[in-house]
Formats: sequence, C-alpha cells, structure tokens
Amino acid sequence: MPSESTVGAKRRRGLREGAWGWLFAGPMVLVLGLFLVLPIAMALWVSLLHWDGQSNPFSGHADFVGLDNYRRLFAEDGLDRTLFAVSMRNTLYYVLLTVPLQTVLALFLAVLVNQRMLRGRGVLRTVFYFPSITSSIAISTVFLFLFQGSGAVNRMLGWVGVKGPNWFADPRGVVWLVLGRFGVDQPAPTAGGPLGLSWSEWFAGPSVAMCTLILMAVWTTSGTFMLIFLAALQDIPRELEEAAALDGVNRRQLLCNVTLPALRPVLFLVLTLGLISTWQVFDQVYVMGKGAPGNTTLTPAYLSYSAGFDNADYGQGAAIAFVLLGLILLLTTLQRWVLRERGGRPRRGPRSLKGARRAAR
Amino acid sequence: MATSRTLAAAAVCAAVALGAVTGCSSSGGFGDSTARQDSGGNQSLTLLIATSGEAETAAVKAATAAWAGKTGNTVTVQIAGDINQQLGQAFAGGNPPDLFYVNSDQFANYAKGGSLYAYGDRIPDAADFSAQLRQAFSYDGKLTCLPKDSSTLGLAVNTAMWQQAGLTEADYPTTWQQLADDAGKLTRNGVTGLVTAPDYQRLGALMKEAGGWVTNPEQTAMTADSPANKQALEYVQTMLKAGSAKYVSEVDAGWGGEALGKGRAAMTIEGNWLKGAMAKDYPDVRYKVLPLPAGPAGQGTLAFSNCWGIAAKSRHQAAGVDLVKHLTSADQQLEFAKAFGVMPSRISALATYAEKYPESKAWVDGITHSQPPVTIPGFTKVLTQFNTDLQSLRTGDPATVLAALQRNGEQAIKNAE
Repeated sequence: MPSESTVGAKRRRGLREGAWGWLFAGPMVLVLGLFLVLPIAMALWVSLLHWDGQSNPFSGHADFVGLDNYRRLFAEDGLDRTLFAVSMRNTLYYVLLTVPLQTVLALFLAVLVNQRMLRGRGVLRTVFYFPSITSSIAISTVFLFLFQGSGAVNRMLGWVGVKGPNWFADPRGVVWLVLGRFGVDQPAPTAGGPLGLSWSEWFAGPSVAMCTLILMAVWTTSGTFMLIFLAALQDIPRELEEAAALDGVNRRQLLCNVTLPALRPVLFLVLTLGLISTWQVFDQVYVMGKGAPGNTTLTPAYLSYSAGFDNADYGQGAAIAFVLLGLILLLTTLQRWVLRERGGRPRRGPRSLKGARRAAR
Repeated sequence: MATSRTLAAAAVCAAVALGAVTGCSSSGGFGDSTARQDSGGNQSLTLLIATSGEAETAAVKAATAAWAGKTGNTVTVQIAGDINQQLGQAFAGGNPPDLFYVNSDQFANYAKGGSLYAYGDRIPDAADFSAQLRQAFSYDGKLTCLPKDSSTLGLAVNTAMWQQAGLTEADYPTTWQQLADDAGKLTRNGVTGLVTAPDYQRLGALMKEAGGWVTNPEQTAMTADSPANKQALEYVQTMLKAGSAKYVSEVDAGWGGEALGKGRAAMTIEGNWLKGAMAKDYPDVRYKVLPLPAGPAGQGTLAFSNCWGIAAKSRHQAAGVDLVKHLTSADQQLEFAKAFGVMPSRISALATYAEKYPESKAWVDGITHSQPPVTIPGFTKVLTQFNTDLQSLRTGDPATVLAALQRNGEQAIKNAE
C-alpha cells in the first residue's frame, strides 16, 4: 500500500504535467476557440434571432424569436420552406451522384498510376491532379462557355449527330426529360411530399445544369482523392501482394480481398471529405447562375448566403447553416457505422495488415 | 472527475471570451448610438460604388475629386465587387462607408434596419427629381436618399433586319397586336423576332401596360393575381409558344443587348444602358430605340435607379449631403450621362439630355408613364422566385405563376410589418 506522501507526489506531478500540457496546447486552443468555437456559438445565437444584420445581435435590442427560423424551414408553408426543400432535393442528388463517382474514379486512377509497369507515371499523376489545383471559379467560368447552347460540347455532340440540350436553360429534371421521350409528362405539382414539395418534384432528378455541376465536381476533386488513395496504396506492403499472388489470386480478387480492405480507413476519409464538401457546395453555384435554371442548382449553402446578404435575414441564413451542419454530422456518423469493422476478429483489414508487416520485418 | 473539471474550465473560458468579444464590439463597432459628427473642412469620406466599368469609375472619381478640391475634404472611392454583400458586412460590423450606391431591391432592407440617414428634407429642390423615383426611395413617407440617375425600358429594333423583312418605319409597333405581328415577320433564318430576359424587370412593363403591377401604388398590398397581369403574361406566352419571342438563354445570350448585337434578335426590350454597351461591343450594329408599344391600358414602362445612400453611422453626414448635392446637380448628371450613358434623374436635366441625345428620346419619354421598382423589405426573394417562375412561362400556367407571386408577396408584406 503506497504511503500518503507518494500519492501526493504523484498527484502533484500529474497536475504539473497537466499544466504544462495546457500551456503547450494553449495557443492552439485559443486560436480554435476564438475563430471556430466562438463564431459557431455566436452563429447559433443569431439563428435564434430575427436579425437584419444592421444592429448588435448581442445587445438587449436583439429580436429573439426562439426556433422560429427553423420552424419556417420545416413547418410553415411558404416560400422559405419551398426554397429550402428544393435546395435539399438538388443537393441530395448532387451528393448521391458525386460522392460515389468521384471515389470510384479516384480509386481507379490511383490503382492505374500505382502500377509499377506503367510508363510515364509521374506525368499521368500530374495530369490527373491538375484540375484539383485550379481555382473552382475559373473552372466554372470555362464550363459555362463549354456548355453553352452553341458551345464546344454541343458542337462535338453535333459531329456524331446528337443534338445537345441547352445545358443551362432547361429547368426540368433528367427523370422527366427521359420519361418525356416516352410520352410521360411531369404531372402538375400537387401537395403531398415532405417539406411541401410534391413527390413529382422530389423524384425529378437533377436538371441537366446540375449534371454538369456534378461532372465538374467529379473531375476537379478526383485528383485530390487519387493522391490520398495513392499514398495509402503505396503503404500496402509488397509482401502482402506477393503472398496473395502465391495463393494464386487474380487481379480482381487481389483488389477486392487485399487492396480494398487495406484501404478501408482511407476510404472512410475520402467518403467523409467528399460528403462534407458536396453538401457545402457553393462557389460553382454562385458563379454558374445562382440557382438558375428554375432553382435546380440552388443549394443550402447558397440559400444561406442569399438569405443573409440578399434578403437581410441573417437569422434564417444561420438556421440553414445549422441544419446543414446537423445533417453532415448525422450522415458522417451513419457512414462510420456502415464502414465499421464487422465481426469479432477481422480476418483482413488494417489490423491484420499491421501484423503482416510486423511478421515481414 | 478530471474531465468534468476540464469541461467546467472550458465553459468558463468560453463564457469569458464570449463576453470579451461581444463586450468589445458593443462599445466599439456595433454601437447603436448615433455617431458623433465631424464638422469643418478636411474631413475624409469614403464612397463605395458598384461600377459598370472603367468609364463610370473614372467619372465618379473625377466628380468627387472636384468636390474635394472645392471644399478641402478628401474622398476615397472604393469599388465593390459584390455591393450587397460588402454593404451587408459593413453594416453588421458597424463601420460602413460614408456614401454608397443603394440598389433599389436593397433600399427597403437598409432603411428598415435604420442604416440609412434620411436626408431628403435637407435637399431644397428635391421636387426636381422624378416623382416615381422619389416615391421608390422613400421610407415611412420620408424621402431617404436621392436617385443617382434614371433608366427606363424601350424597344430596341435592328433596323437592317427590319428592312430585310420588308417592314418600314410605318410598321414600328404601337400596339401589342402590331408587336406580335412584327415579331412573327422578323422571325426567320436563325433570327428571333423578340428576345428578352426572363425577368419581371422586363416583362413587368407589359403588366404595367395591361393596367396591372405586382403591388398597389402604396406598396401595402399585393395585386399580382389581377386579370391585367394574367393578360400580360398570356400575351407573352402566346409569342413564346409561337416562337416569335424567346428568352435570352435560348439564343445563347446573357442579356437582350447581346442578342441584339450578335444578330440573334431583331427586337429586344432594354434600358438606356444598352447604348453604351452597343457602342462598345457591337459598334457596327444599327438599331433604333422605340417606345414600348401600348397595351390595353395604354403606354407603360419600368423605371430603375440606384440612390446615393448616406450611412446613419457616418460621422460626415453634413459633408455627405453636400457631396450628394454636388453629384446630383444637373451639370454633374449631364457629365455622367456623357461619360457612361446614364440618364439624369432630375427632370430639368432630362430635358437637356433629350435635346443632346435625340436617339434616346424614347427612354426619356418613358419616364412619365413609368412604374418605379418595388421597395418592400424582404421582397428580394419573392421577386427572385417570380423571375424563376417566368423562366418556364412557355410551358407554365400564367395564373399559377401569378398566384404563387401573390401568396409569397403577401407573406413578405406580413413579415415586413
């Protein structure tokens, strides 16, 4: 049994270590607190106000309205709710298409340029990474020109006898565009769906303009994610692949049973980053039409901006931002759960990978 | 236990920091009290403008420099990239520029928030400004800021295409029927008769001509679902369906002037900013500006303007008013007209302007029967949504579009009160 003094000394040492720890972490805690936590708390307060942005929201004059801003987004029939619902629908399609496409493309590119037999790997890596380092504003502007009614894309489609659509003018969703070919027209909007948006609107799919935005997002982000995948791929020990080769697996089995499981943590990272950035899409929308055509490229992030700066309703803008934050947290948790390690003792995966690496040493 | 102590410490830290930050701001930038006023010479004013280009920037700089030289003050002209956003941030931060352009769609928001210094009663000859624009820039019955310039819409026609289609000056449309007929005759070989932007800022003129408008003249109630508005939209829809009218995006143009300049439109509805743009971008295209044809309720057009806002928090309000007087004087307005093609907002200067620039006569004449912009707080999103609905007018139902506008507008008016 330790004596009183040893316990005291231990405790004092613990305290001293704690103090040193705080001292060293202090600057970062201060910076994060001042520029991240504090603004978030202030924004949360603003989301409970009716604030026009022209007075001090932290004084007694602030017009506190409780959850009214949130109620207008979810429960009150009106323009606010309709716009919010439309923006949610648009972004849902954007996320559902962009995240899988960019992840698969990035993985494919990474596997491609990771091959030791490939010539000019360095050049290819640079080429694939190039769109990622270009400003999204510049790319959006170029895309606007490419996808004009008489732009380069439609000219090229013309060579093969396809009459391209007027990309940024048609507000119809692709689902109704395709069904329209078969004589099924979009039914007139009726009440019914969630958030006051009719089911035919929810299931309209992304508009052609939104599809070009998706295309652009996939093209610009896959380079970055390729780099992340590539780093992880190079971290997979060669011995593992050799062992698999000795077992006589083919390329597909190698990818599915050795490479992908080893990439699971990185896959989680890429999917999370993709999910967050796609839900927050703003700059492309701002440049390429601010929601046009027909609100089909409206996103919650842009709606939040427009509520604040165009309509002087900053409380509403902050409320939209917090709904978006909650949604992203929720989806990330969900994704974590889906990608969790299953079973008591994983047969493959990073842990067994580490074991393999140790064994190889 | 250690964690709960850490949490408590963190909470205390956060509370202290929050108090410090907000406390600082309320004593400094955010302060709600009226600003202390500077007097005498040698004041330093800032002016934030959203410029249309080099010419406007240079003209405003020259005009403010002349005033500064005369009074001994200094004026710094700042160019805004996105003036709504920059002003919004400046008001929220409590340190706005002394003078700035105010968009008519933001005017009511700023006035309602108490950010504008209402200086109308300090302008002795305010009656010289057009009544419609004075009404647009009044809040609570008080003239708040002076209109910077004025613009109206006219019908611009490509004279070469006019002749090629076998039409003469006698065929210049004066009624809706004639406009539709002419547009039909002009539509051929990749040219569309009438091309216009899918905005209420263009099509609204037809609503006015039919005897309707979005709100009543006092801007206290919505009148969007009136039969007159429906008639106007149905007229446009008929032309869109016939193919004799198209929206600018359908002919790959950003606005009416581009469609006219690129030879894709024989006619377009645009304001007097068209003149400068055509001279700069399409100097070889010959065109003529006509008054918009009369509708069932006679002639009508829309008036647009920005105003010279003075910040309620400015410490140089007296000097600011003096600068605005200088900038809105008849001579200075004509100077601006020469430099970058805007129309004066003073009626006395307008007469001189019409004499000097006879080609702009249709726009000048429009002032008398023009509809000023809607200035209701929180109305931007309602009109943005109306514009969005107008984009699909060809396949849509005018009554539905107007009913949505009526409903959204009523809600905004209710929230504004």
